[in-house]
Amino acid sequence: MSARKKLSTLFSRYAVVIIFVIITLAAIPPSGLSIKYILQEIITRLGRNSFLVLALLLPIYAGMGLNFGMTLGAMAGQVGLIFAVNYGIANWQGLVFAMLVGLPISVLLGWVCGLVMNMAKGREMVTGYILAFFINGIYQFFVMYMLGSVIPMGNKAIVLSRGYGIRNTLNLESVRQSLDNIVMLHVGGFSIPLVTFIIIALLCGFVVWFKKTKLGQDMRAVGQDMAVAEAAGIPVEKTRIVAIIISTVLACAGQIIFLQNMGNLATYNAHDQTGFFAVAAILVGGASVTHASIANVFVGVMLLHSMFVVSPLAGQKLFGSAMIGEYFRQFIGYGVIALSLVLYAWRTRKAAAEARLSLRGVQDDSAKGNGGTAVGNGGQA
Amino acid sequence: MANGSPLLSIEHVSKDFYGNVVLHDVSFDLREGEILGLVGENGAGKTTLMHILFGMPVITETGGFQGSIKIGGTEVHFLSPFDALDAGLGMVHQEFSLIPGFTTTENIVLNRESMRASFLNDVFGDRMSVLQRDKMRERAQRAIGKLGVELKPDMLVSEMPVGHKQFTEIAREIDRKQTRILILDEPTAVLTESEAEVLLQTLKRLASEGIAIIFISHRLQEVLAIADRIVVLRDGHAVKDTVNENIGMRDIASWMVGRSLGEGGQRSEARSFAENTFKVQHLWVDMPGETVRDVSFEVRKGEIFGIGGLAGQGKLGIPNGIMGLFPAGGEVVLDGKAVPLNAPAKALGMGMAFVSEDRRGVGLLLDESLEWNIAFTAIQVHGQYLKKVFGLFSQRDEKAMEELCQEYVKLLDIKCTGTKQKAKELSGGNQQKVCLAKAFAIKPRLMFVSEPTRGIDVGAKKLVLDTLHHYNRDFGTTIVMASSELEELRSICDRIAIVDEGKIAGILPPTADISEFGLLMSGATLEEAVNA
Repeated sequence: MSARKKLSTLFSRYAVVIIFVIITLAAIPPSGLSIKYILQEIITRLGRNSFLVLALLLPIYAGMGLNFGMTLGAMAGQVGLIFAVNYGIANWQGLVFAMLVGLPISVLLGWVCGLVMNMAKGREMVTGYILAFFINGIYQFFVMYMLGSVIPMGNKAIVLSRGYGIRNTLNLESVRQSLDNIVMLHVGGFSIPLVTFIIIALLCGFVVWFKKTKLGQDMRAVGQDMAVAEAAGIPVEKTRIVAIIISTVLACAGQIIFLQNMGNLATYNAHDQTGFFAVAAILVGGASVTHASIANVFVGVMLLHSMFVVSPLAGQKLFGSAMIGEYFRQFIGYGVIALSLVLYAWRTRKAAAEARLSLRGVQDDSAKGNGGTAVGNGGQA
Repeated sequence: MANGSPLLSIEHVSKDFYGNVVLHDVSFDLREGEILGLVGENGAGKTTLMHILFGMPVITETGGFQGSIKIGGTEVHFLSPFDALDAGLGMVHQEFSLIPGFTTTENIVLNRESMRASFLNDVFGDRMSVLQRDKMRERAQRAIGKLGVELKPDMLVSEMPVGHKQFTEIAREIDRKQTRILILDEPTAVLTESEAEVLLQTLKRLASEGIAIIFISHRLQEVLAIADRIVVLRDGHAVKDTVNENIGMRDIASWMVGRSLGEGGQRSEARSFAENTFKVQHLWVDMPGETVRDVSFEVRKGEIFGIGGLAGQGKLGIPNGIMGLFPAGGEVVLDGKAVPLNAPAKALGMGMAFVSEDRRGVGLLLDESLEWNIAFTAIQVHGQYLKKVFGLFSQRDEKAMEELCQEYVKLLDIKCTGTKQKAKELSGGNQQKVCLAKAFAIKPRLMFVSEPTRGIDVGAKKLVLDTLHHYNRDFGTTIVMASSELEELRSICDRIAIVDEGKIAGILPPTADISEFGLLMSGATLEEAVNA
């Protein structure tokens, strides 16, 4: 009985992970891809995406849910890269320069985002999502009109022929894979971008260390019960803003790492799905709105991206069209988010119902006993 | 053991909220190592007094208070609860303020963690310091040791039994070095008897170490068991300040509730009833703040059955649960037929009506006319006041609704400009009459009335009670009335059940001695109350 119950709780907790593993494994044979190829792809994509997904952790600790507002940081990173290309700063120095430009912008955007989310407590996710649309408008305006007109751009190759505004696609040849290629290990036929992974490991180390600090402890307290934290004298709103600022700055760095690996920048929509894919990845990894760990990040990136690798070819083989696989990717991504949110809501309600059990004076077993005595008393009377 | 100059003195404290006096010239002292039992009914002023002691913003926002508070002989002015904490006051609340996913240790030292500076302190400030878990644990163990109880320092609060949570809260106050005065507000309300016993021992132990304690409880036997001195508040006055010697529960109970008996007005004549019409068994209701745990009672046909008790003990949960407004379970039978719970439409459909204590939220459609308000339940539940158009659609029968409304405006003497007036424009008393009319309009077999006179003036109170009385006599409608005002219940009910901690403590006739009611509210059983 209890073993079965345990199994069912385990399943509901990891339903998303389990479903995902099954679908991905099932899609591998029809795709016709070799395991070696898939593994190499996963290594590449771990380096490309992990940093972005790690940016989601702190807001979850602070009880602010999945930070769709990380897109703001991604935009800041893109602005940094545009300037790096404009000034012709190449290689890893270009990335550092992009980060230096992106840092103050992402701190400012994160602060704004935190302020807004403090006004919409309990609805942080949808607020972040919509806020990203709004800031996107400002970003478009800045990149499309300000750059080249108000702010002079020296590099005419990246400016639209009309004289202002940045071209649709930006070639990042100067910084392309400059981080990955500082030290590229070749082990057993696999290429491993060592420095990228070291940076990711440092970030993981920072997250682990951060949880041990006073601020990290406060963040966990705020995440679990704002009222209690407030009563204990913890500055709740400030703590939440700090969590979002750190997340936004990390997203800025994450987007720079992502784009240097891709090698080109779709100026006006590269950030569109940054938040979406990062959120899908961490959920696939077994995280929920309130719980996440570093392990969730890596499991999620590996699962989601092996799915992305195999699904177009599996679609091609099975349905005669790679587009089906492409649609499948979108469908799965949004489906995972919806499923996790529904499961989370369902679990919360179930937990509330279980908590209710303790309110009853008479528990199931003792109910019979008490009823029995009541009847007995009645008999005596 | 109580000697020396007082640690805390409350001197001539008065407080009113916009002219409504809640505390009147209250004075008492608290000495080192003394346990002071503070008792009083709801609305006696306990909560306000604690708010004043802790410098809650609500006090300053409403114009401050008169009188003075001295700690160790010097007058203090607290601007926020944190000032009070710094001055050595500690409060253990009725609801737990613990972080569920934190361990005992983490909760005990919450926001006072032991820390070591890290390299980032210079840039980002003190909050980048690293926690010293071993020191935190040590402190937690020391605080737990002072309590003399067994608590695992690494257990998560969410996995603890209720009693341990209470001790964790107390340990948190003890860990604060400066804490000299500990205030406990109904600390035993959620505990089992054995847990409560341990808690009382713990408090005595703390007092023997010199900590002064204010113990607020409605369980009088506990107050009698540990208090050195007892202060009774009634209607804002400190009516009694006595050493706990040679006094019994009955004495305290009568000090608590003993207002002049005349004001209740007429008593119902004793009536006899033939059959039971309504039976409730093992009812539980999950209504926040009014949890019903295990309630069983029977109501006879044509009776007015009262449900009394202190706020938060569950009396309001009973009608709300039976009518399906909050998750509930148990067995409810009306005239031999089981009433389905958690389904308001079905409860209404069986001929039960409910006049909610939440008049403006649940009771009325504030922006609609009186006609709408009075006919609403009848339309929704019984399909009355509707007419068919072309035999296909149903349409409201405005004329019939107007007639109905006029009938009740006249019958209940509702003061309004006309039947089209909006409900929100009426006074509280008249709104309540509209709520009653809405219930009457479905000609209920059984009517629940919850806090019918809350928030309305004295004259209107009498009218509402008279209306219920007459309706019961004229139509033989069975009425179940839940109210915090004992006098009101005693004036029109045939029997009164007192609810305590989600259970029925006992059922008394309205003529029973006032102290018996007081005792039932204070955690005594019926036998104890009658024989005390």
